[in-house]
This record gives sequence, structure tokens and C-alpha cells, in this order.
Amino acid sequence: MSRRIWNFPGGIHPPENKQQSKGSAIRSVALPERLILPLQQHIGSPAKPVVMLGEKVLKGQMIAEANGVVSAHVHAPSSGTVTDIGDYPIQHPSGIKGSCIVIKPDGKDQWLPHEGIEDYKTVETNLLLEKIRNAGIAGMGGAGFPTQVKLSPPAGTEIETLILNAVECEPYITADDLLMQERAHDIINGLLIMAHIVKAKEILVGIEDNKPEAIHAMEQAALDTPVEIVVVPTKYPSGGEKQLIYMLTGKEVPSNALPAHIGVICQNTGTAYATHRAVVHGEPLISRITTLTGEAFAKKGNVEVLLGTPISHLLAEAQADIDNMSRLIMGGPMMGFSITNIEVPVVKVTNCILASSKDELPLPQAEQPCIRCGDCAKACPAQLLPQQMFFYAKALEFDKTQHYNIMDCIECGACSYVCPSNIPLVQYYRFAKGNIRKQALETRQADKSRERFEFHKARLEQEAAEREAKRKARLEAAAQKKADTPSGTLSTPAPAPQEDAKLLVLKTAAATSAKQFQQAKKALALAEKNAADNLTELQAKVTQLEAKADTAKTALREALKAQKTLAAETTPSGAKSTADTKSGS
Amino acid sequence: MDVLTAVLSILGLATVFGIVLGYAAVRFKVEGNPVVEQIDAILPQTQCGQCGYPGCRPYAEAIANNNEAINRCPPGGEATIHELADLLGVEPIPLDSEHGEEKARPTVAFIREDECIGCTKCIQACPVDAILGAAKLMHTVIAAECTGCDLCVDPCPVDCIDMIEVPVSLQTWTWQSPAGIGQINAELIPVRNIL
Repeated sequence: MSRRIWNFPGGIHPPENKQQSKGSAIRSVALPERLILPLQQHIGSPAKPVVMLGEKVLKGQMIAEANGVVSAHVHAPSSGTVTDIGDYPIQHPSGIKGSCIVIKPDGKDQWLPHEGIEDYKTVETNLLLEKIRNAGIAGMGGAGFPTQVKLSPPAGTEIETLILNAVECEPYITADDLLMQERAHDIINGLLIMAHIVKAKEILVGIEDNKPEAIHAMEQAALDTPVEIVVVPTKYPSGGEKQLIYMLTGKEVPSNALPAHIGVICQNTGTAYATHRAVVHGEPLISRITTLTGEAFAKKGNVEVLLGTPISHLLAEAQADIDNMSRLIMGGPMMGFSITNIEVPVVKVTNCILASSKDELPLPQAEQPCIRCGDCAKACPAQLLPQQMFFYAKALEFDKTQHYNIMDCIECGACSYVCPSNIPLVQYYRFAKGNIRKQALETRQADKSRERFEFHKARLEQEAAEREAKRKARLEAAAQKKADTPSGTLSTPAPAPQEDAKLLVLKTAAATSAKQFQQAKKALALAEKNAADNLTELQAKVTQLEAKADTAKTALREALKAQKTLAAETTPSGAKSTADTKSGS
Repeated sequence: MDVLTAVLSILGLATVFGIVLGYAAVRFKVEGNPVVEQIDAILPQTQCGQCGYPGCRPYAEAIANNNEAINRCPPGGEATIHELADLLGVEPIPLDSEHGEEKARPTVAFIREDECIGCTKCIQACPVDAILGAAKLMHTVIAAECTGCDLCVDPCPVDCIDMIEVPVSLQTWTWQSPAGIGQINAELIPVRNIL
């Protein structure tokens, strides 16, 4: 153990509470009545269902396929029938329902034929990556990042160090601890497969010194392999990816960058185990180790549970005292979230179910004003300024929180833990981060709308221009046609406009006078009906208007006649050309 | 003599700087008014015309060139007014309710498709081409592209367009702010709650 351990700044030492669940071996859970499999159990886009309602599926059969690169397949954890594809409560703090596939197990637990790769060193890395992708493996530590994506770093980056994150620093959780104690060889093998894929020069396993049994088991399993077991002092949150990388290598992951940029990849213990199962046995990820702990559970411990198992089933299995249960938390007490519906299923990232009694996790104290003690800044493992971010988040000045690098906050909860005023700091940061993301999304949408609006305008302009061009073409064609007609017609168009104008005036006069006459007549009729006083006046008006309308009409008629004779005189060819001009106009 | 030298050197300097400035004015000429771009970037791009201008860009131009009031954009609401005030160095003013109220939640248009007669009037009204359909055939709204501007509602002769609120999805959900001083945060996250 000559390796140097870099100590990251900040951190806290909360009560560990790990003894409750680490006493017994991993046990299996009976098949539940139904399995609810969310399409989104990982970061990225939700998987796409590939099974039909009522379809019979076998254990390990793919029921939803990855949708895009950053996505993961979902497999049937047991054989049975697909009974529903719809919205069910899922593992989300909001309590919003998500799309799920529900399988009713038939009890036979019949596997789909599958086979593994005997010697992974002889096959190409692409094939191994494909195997991992086909198994639907996503980071099982909590974030759920698809593993094959993490194992394919961008071209040009060389991976120096592969780190297995076996720290498990969060209180209460012992799932990785037990997994290492019982299946160390498989984990080391999974780790070696990953190292083979990324061609890592150095393979490290980081374990906190509060897990002596696990350290011993892993050291035994790592004998005669290039894997080095590094014991790190217990401090929360040493299991944070960036914190662990710093502890083991002294390298800091830059803001807005991935560990791969500094030549490091970090993988979780459960993920390494799942990789081993996928490559060596050809088994997809259909179960995981989950810690059942908290005072409400009578049988605390770690269980190997099928994905999709409702928590209600686990509560019954571990004889939980539901009446005495004050809160049900998925994940640990530091970074987990409460769930209100016990039908939420276990998913790929569920490492712990904490069912606390009322005494164990009482309601938090009321928030008090900040006294600027600065304890939060001392505890922050990311070296941020929690106070400043808190003030600005509270004042809804989210751009200023960004100046204080709120996006680098890992939401570990160390600041909230030390705060003497009981300020729920992390909630404020989550609130600010959510709003920053929302604003970014709105800006993106606004840009898209702007683009579409500009395009819409351009399209309308183009259409108008096309119409104009067509109209011009038609006009020209008409003019051409006129020019092509026999001589003599050429003389008619000249007087025509003048004549037409005169005619138009007459026509309008006739129409107006006729209308006025009609209106007057109507008014008269109405007046007669109502027996009005001004009957004689109205009658005079009507006669006057009638006369006017008649004169206008005769004038128009005469004008028309004159025009016709004129046309007949000027065009010797007669009827044909008149017809032409008519149709032309 | 001294006076002449002084005058000549000043003249010389003036000529040199004049040439440099003249060259720079041509070489580094900025097309259009950059403030218009900045204002336009802040506006929500719903293209709804509630401000009285035919789209967000014309309104941005009016603010930049004609000192138009910055409180005429209901879809942007208070947030947009504050951003505009910051950008232009003026005091933020409350939203002018004459131009409409700020919506509490974003909306999208929804066509009740069995009632649609296929008149294409809404298609012509849509500023972002988010309605799909053809004459005498049913129309529908591409919800992802709809800005919720309401411009399609009025032209519809059979009133078959509803503005519906966009439901909060797993992707758009965000944490709420804690209740504040003196309040117990029986929140969803149990951070710090260990014994």
C-alpha cells in the first residue's frame, strides 16, 4: 500500500448505519405477481418497446430496445406474458408516471437460450461492447449511464486508468460491500474485461476502509492480476466519481468535462459484475443487489432482486412494519429521494430501499436564517461557495448562481448536513439547476421557432414572387396573342380604353341610380306601412329617382349600341375579332 | 515657426487618424443594428403579434430604433422584461395588460380533428408552419413546433382549436423551491436526515 492517496477538500463523517444490513448473506426474493419495467431506467432516451400486448416472453428476452446511442435495452426478468404497456409510477422524485411494460410471470422462469464468450481476450473489443450493449447494462451506482457508451471514449483519448468505484460511501447502503464479499472473482473478471476493452494501463479498485471483509475478498480475487486494491479513508462523499478519481490519481476532472478527457474511466462494482455476467454467461441485466434497510424492515439485509419487482413485494418479503414506516426512500439518505407510492419498481439504479421508522428519520427542523458561519463552504467537496449559490438561488437570480459554478455541484448534501440553520441547501441548488436547464431548453426552442418563422416568411415571399412571375408571363402571353391576330385589330385597342372608361362611368351611374331608386322605394313602402307624415315628400323623391335611373339606363344602352357599331365599322373581319377582344378582356 | 510646427503636426496627426478611422469604418462595418439581434434573442419567439408588431423581430427593431416600450410581450412576461431592462439599461416596468396576460403555463394548440372541415385557414395563420394538412382534409398541430401563440384560434370557422396546457413530463419537471425560513421542509429529498 505504498500508493499515495490524495485527500479531497471538504467532506463529512455522517453516522454510517451499515451494520443493520451487512450481517446476513445476499438472499433471493420470490417471484412477484407482476414485474413493472420502466422504459427509462438509465440516462438518455427511453427504450422503445418491441413486444406486443399479450405476447409470451422468455427470461432474458429483449422487450424494449435502445433508442439511439445513449440508451439501453430492457429485458424480461422472468418468463411470462406481457399484460400491459402503459404509464405506471416509476423511480422519480416527482411521482410522475412513466411508460412501463408489465409482465405477469408464469412461474417457470424459463431462459431464452443464451451463450457467453469463453475467452474474452480472443474476441474483438467491438464484439465485447456489442455484448454489453445487448445486455442493457447501465451504470448501477445511481446515475445509470449506459456502460458501453462510457467504455467507448471519444477517438484520440487514451485511457490511462480504469477505476472500480467500490467505495460505497453513502450511509446505510451495503449492496456493493456484500457483492464484493460474495462474488469478488466475478467482479474482478468483469473489471478485467472492461480494462481489456479500453486498454487501460492501470486498474485500480477504490474501497473505503470500513469494509475489511470486502477488502480481503477483493485482494484474494485480485491476486495474480494487474488489479490493484486501494483502500481509502472513510469520508463522505469519497464515492463521488470526481472525488474518487482525485483521491486515487491526484487528477481533477475539469468542469463540463468527462473523466475520459483526463484518461480515466470510473465504473461501479455492480456494473462490473453485470459485465461479467453479460460477457461470460451471455446473461442480460435482469437483476441486481439491493439493500433493504431501515427500522421498519424486520428482515434487513441485501437481496438479489429481479428488475421490475414492485417495492410493495419487497416490503412484504422483508416483513416491513408499514404502520410504523414514516418514510420510504429510494437510494441512500443523503442523495436518495422519498417515494410515496409503494408500487414503484426496482430498476437498474436502485441500490437501496430505506424504510425508516418515525424515530429513525424524524421530520427535519424548520429552516432558520443563514448566519454566515461558512461551515458549508468547508464541507463542500467540489470547493464551491454554497452560501453565495444559496442567496442567489433564493433570490431567483439563476445566472448569478451559474457564475458560482452551480452546475459543478454534485448534490452530495454535505452542506445541508453541516448547516446549523437547517437550510435545505441542496434543494435550493436543485431548484436553481432545474430552472437553468429549463431556460436553456426554452432558448433552444425559441431559436427553433425563430428559424421556422424566418423560413415561413421566406416561403411566403417566394410564393408571392412566383405568383407575380406567373401573372407577368400570362400578361405577356396575352399580349403576344393579340400581336399575332390579323392586322386591323391593332387599331381598335387604341380608342377602346377611352370608350371603356366612358362606358364604365355610365355603367356605375346606372347601377347607383337603380340602387337609389330601389332604396327609396323600400323607404316609401316602410313609410306607408307605418303611416308616416312625409309620405308625399317620399313619393316625389321616388318618382324623381325613377326618372333619373331611367335616363342613366338609356344613356348606357345608347353608349353600348354606339360602341358596337363602331367596332363593326373598324373591323372588317367582323364577328370573329370582336369575340376575341371580348374573351381577351 | 513654433506655431507653424504645432499646427502642421496637429494637421498631420488629424490626417493620419482620419485615414485610419475612415479605413476602419469601411473594414469593420457592422451590418444591421446588433442591439436588434440581442433583443430578438431575448424575446420568446412565439411570433404571436400580441405586442402589435408582426412577429418578434419587428418588435425588437421597434424597441431598438423607435424606443418602443419593453413591456408589451405577454408570452415572455416578467422574466423577459427584466432581461430587456438589463440589456438596455432601463428600469423594468410591469407588463402592459393591454397586450395580454402572462400565461401561467405554456400551451399548445390542439385541433379536435373530427370537427375540422379542412379549410386551411389555421395553416395560413400559423407563423411557424406547425400545422399540417391540406384543403378538405383534416389538419393537425405538430405539438413540438407549436409556440402557443393563439393565432390559429380566431381564423377557425368551426372553433375546433383548443389551447391546452403542456403537461409536466419527466423531462420537463423541476424541483420546487423550498418553503423558506421558519418552514419545515418535509421535502422529497431526505438530505441531512440521518441519525
